[in-house]
Amino acid sequence: MNFLYSFVLVPLVLMMVIAVLRDVRTIRRVMAVGSSVQLVLSFVLLAWFLSLRALGVQDEMLFRSDLVWYPSLNIALSFGVDGISVLMIVLSAIIVFTGSFTSWAINEKAKDYFLWFLMLSIGVFGFFITVDLFAMFMFYEVALIPMYLLIGVWGTGRKEYSAMKLTLMLMGGSAFLLLGILGIYFSSGHTTMNLLEIAKLHIPVDAQRWCFPITFLGFGVLGALFPFHTWSPDGHASAPTAVSMLHAGVLMKLGGYGCLRVAIYLMPEGAQMYTTLFLVLTGISVIYGALGAIAQTDLKYINAYSSVSHCGMVLFAILMFNTTAMTGAVMQMLSHGLMTALFFCLIGGIYGRTHTREISQMGGLARIMPFMCVCWVVAAMANLGLPGLSGFVSEMNIFVGAFQHPDTFHRVITLIACCSIVVTAVYQLRVVGKIHFGEVVNEHHRALTDAAWYERIATVTLILFIAAIGCFPFFTVDIIHGSLGEIVSKFPALPF
Amino acid sequence: MDTKFIIALLILAIPAFNFLLLGLGGVKMSHRTAGLIGTIGLTVVAVLSYYTAITYFFDYGCMEGAYQPVIGPFPDEANPAFHWLQFTDHLTLDLGIWLDPISVMMLVVISTVSLMVHVYSNGYMHGERGFQRYFAFLSLFTFSMLGLVVATNIFQMYIFWELVGVSSYLLIGFYYTKPEAVLAAKKAFIVTRFADLGFLIGILILSYYTNTFDFAVLTDVNGPVLTSPSGATFLGISVFSWATALLFMGGAGKSAMMPLHIWLPDAMEGPTPVSALIHAATMVVAGVFLVARLFPLYFILTPEVLTGIAYLAAATSLYAAVVACVQTDIKRVLAFSTISQIAYMLVALGVSGLGGHEGLGYMASMFHLFTHAFFKALLFLCAGAVIHAIGSNEMDRMGNLRKYMPITHITFLIACLAIAGIPPFSGFFSKDEILVAAFEKDKLIFFCQYFVAGLTAFYMFRLYYGIFWGTERDYGKHLPHEAPLNMSAPLIFLTVLTCCTGLLPFNELITSDGRPFDLHTEWGIALPSIAVGVLGIVVATVLYRRPNPLPQRMADSVRTLHRAAYRRFYFDEIYMFITKNVIFRRICSPVAWFDRHIIDGFMDFQAWWSNALSFRIRALQSGSLQFYVGVFIFSILVIAGLLIAFVF
Repeated sequence: MNFLYSFVLVPLVLMMVIAVLRDVRTIRRVMAVGSSVQLVLSFVLLAWFLSLRALGVQDEMLFRSDLVWYPSLNIALSFGVDGISVLMIVLSAIIVFTGSFTSWAINEKAKDYFLWFLMLSIGVFGFFITVDLFAMFMFYEVALIPMYLLIGVWGTGRKEYSAMKLTLMLMGGSAFLLLGILGIYFSSGHTTMNLLEIAKLHIPVDAQRWCFPITFLGFGVLGALFPFHTWSPDGHASAPTAVSMLHAGVLMKLGGYGCLRVAIYLMPEGAQMYTTLFLVLTGISVIYGALGAIAQTDLKYINAYSSVSHCGMVLFAILMFNTTAMTGAVMQMLSHGLMTALFFCLIGGIYGRTHTREISQMGGLARIMPFMCVCWVVAAMANLGLPGLSGFVSEMNIFVGAFQHPDTFHRVITLIACCSIVVTAVYQLRVVGKIHFGEVVNEHHRALTDAAWYERIATVTLILFIAAIGCFPFFTVDIIHGSLGEIVSKFPALPF
Repeated sequence: MDTKFIIALLILAIPAFNFLLLGLGGVKMSHRTAGLIGTIGLTVVAVLSYYTAITYFFDYGCMEGAYQPVIGPFPDEANPAFHWLQFTDHLTLDLGIWLDPISVMMLVVISTVSLMVHVYSNGYMHGERGFQRYFAFLSLFTFSMLGLVVATNIFQMYIFWELVGVSSYLLIGFYYTKPEAVLAAKKAFIVTRFADLGFLIGILILSYYTNTFDFAVLTDVNGPVLTSPSGATFLGISVFSWATALLFMGGAGKSAMMPLHIWLPDAMEGPTPVSALIHAATMVVAGVFLVARLFPLYFILTPEVLTGIAYLAAATSLYAAVVACVQTDIKRVLAFSTISQIAYMLVALGVSGLGGHEGLGYMASMFHLFTHAFFKALLFLCAGAVIHAIGSNEMDRMGNLRKYMPITHITFLIACLAIAGIPPFSGFFSKDEILVAAFEKDKLIFFCQYFVAGLTAFYMFRLYYGIFWGTERDYGKHLPHEAPLNMSAPLIFLTVLTCCTGLLPFNELITSDGRPFDLHTEWGIALPSIAVGVLGIVVATVLYRRPNPLPQRMADSVRTLHRAAYRRFYFDEIYMFITKNVIFRRICSPVAWFDRHIIDGFMDFQAWWSNALSFRIRALQSGSLQFYVGVFIFSILVIAGLLIAFVF
């Protein structure tokens, strides 16, 4: 029995338990306990992983196990984790944990909601623990379908349109992805779907020439790569709070993780062929997302465009092919996951009270909801890269790493990407100033309450992790460094 | 660990701890407790800073006749592999402590002014809502500023630089229900953030070409960076010029040099003690400190950038002094005066050389930084006492206050004399050295600074007479009264410092190369500078001591200039135009439109045509048997025809 199974089995068991329950309050409690168990399990995994590494286990992936599933196509359920996936699992567990608490107030069809929510988390956890291309693809799809229903049923605003758009665009991405995966499988001699095995084989450069761009694009759609990012603003705006949290916090990371683990790792030559094109696209994402955020007036749209900008930074950094920038990319995934979840949690809280997300309709909330305001300011500061919070260390890793690239084009585009730190400050402070400070705009708002206990649990948990990464970056950096060696060693040509 | 580092770490840890304590637990405390915690913490910090300064200067700092930097405790010798953040094999970020003459001096300045401001705030902020939060932010600022000056590498400096920026943001916006305060805070943050972008890019370039962040390597006169620099260029300009100019951009933002000065006058929306601490004495000299810290790099590798700094600073000091002459808000006068005086310090650095008497400008700059911190903080705190008594910042609501506030009056007068450069007050000594240094290097800058010295005396005494002399205003039922003891005690203490800091032997303690040099007062320059100062005072006395129509008549005679100066030469309007009309309306809104309508429209179009196509295709599946048979027969005929045509 592999310890990793528990990440899929615990949600499964929870689903079964919830399926037979009727009372909403019991369901909530079960959810709270279950997600806490998962959080604890993820930290056990982290500790176990670190102790194994400390004992000198040098394998690329730990906790390996293979279950042959479909022998004629060499499909297996292969599990295994390295430092990066362990961190991603911890991130997912944190978001699922905080998301369950944020969903506390959901009353309408709560049972179905939590069932789909758990299904989503199975997909996410499954994706991060597998090393088999087909199983990865399967879990990716498992994560996608519940999203459609969660947005379409429990969403707000133009929910049917947004749900359909999000699902269709991501499905379109996964069509590319499937092609890419099949391309990888057949051109590597159709002997295995296991990506660790494929990494040892060599995929012919001709095959890489077409496999790399479609794989990268396939994952890139999920990572909000320009110009395939437009599902994100609409999807986030319509999704219920916890789904936005999980989606922006974890699901978008599937894109970055997939690009790193599948596209770049397996096809280094292909990656180098297309660097310029994708650097330009990701560079556009970074700046364009940030500029777009300035002009938005809906809180969720602002945060969605901000996510485009920050996730663009992840893909941007991955394309630099060096340890520092890639470390920054992984840290940015963690950091963005946490802070964007915090943002969505707070937006959900504010929207639930004021019933508006238009920034012009709000003002002076600081005096009415001081706790929410403080959390918001912390989130904004993390977002604009204040030292001591997670955004700073990840962005600095990215910028320093990217600037170490010997090629002038890479350095110039890095400088352009750097400009986003100013633009981010503009839109973040604009929102804080408009909705939290100043005079109270709507007199009805004076009667509103501050954060409830379950919201406090969620926000405080997220802030603690944001601050922990920001204050003790060496801990995360060490884990990531240890796992990037294999990937970076595929790019020997770059002096570093 | 060495005792000196334990003490230095304590200096940093106490305010950091206070910030967390007051920030998290402040709500449950009474105002009195919160104020007491903050003030006692700062008292300990001040005592430890004085101890550090004394032991550094008289015990361990001086080696082989020169003051050397003492660096520790990280990277730890016991555990050399540990780094706070490891970027690459050679680029690592460690948080350490660097003690050298200027950082030790800054510790003294920051902890003294901060302590005074803490004591003063207990009275000034008495009964304000958010009192605990205010003290928490003050602690955060003090922590960040102390961390900035003891940074061992440029990246650590950047970290604290940003923290200083955010504490300034929080404190300017302390009255968060006041829209002006919120806007001012946002403006301050964004303008300095823009400048910090330059700082960051400067760091990136510098670290790429030198492979280090450490000040120890960057400023080592015999080290590889300064002796054999990379000859790389970008757009025809040496990469080091780019790097140092961009680094200075960060400094110019914090130190409010033209054209990045626009945030400082607005920052006066914050509580007055905050202006005294952050926007007069400590944070705004960060840019001066940065240039001083990297001085060998500037002087040896990029002297042209240093000269540029001198000219920019000279222009700024003139500009700010002219604007200060016509402002009516007393805090704004002081704000422009601050800009002008900081520019003095940068002028001094800009004309300085390295080593011995050549480095006079460097020493003068640090000297002026030191003396200015105290008398400018004093001026602000006096202004705070006046505002506290009157309830307004506007000069036309004040007059004849000397009758009601004798202590504030005397202390303010002394501070004015100090900034006007009248002996024996501290400003005279430091300003004189700056003028000597400028005279030896560049006559144009020298005369400019001479003129500014006269203007300084003029606008300070205009302010002084406007507040304490002139017509008595209608103060209503509550006559203005002298500030309570916890406000006037800091005034008196700072006045004492203003009187005696000028006598400190800076030429023996804080010099460009750490070695003392001989210094004599150049009376040939000092006497005319006193004369210019006295002239400024006399003019102000004639115009403003008693109410008379002369000032108005003068203003009318140069109406355009007067109005332009009053509107600060339209810098704000230009920025407003660029941000509102160009960036927001011409860039951001079109981007958002483009995204919604072109990019997303394209995606929607895909959905639309597939939908429309499938609608059409659906008609084929009509269920009508005749239609199916017709299609079937037609297809067979077509296939048969094709077979006949091509196969047979």
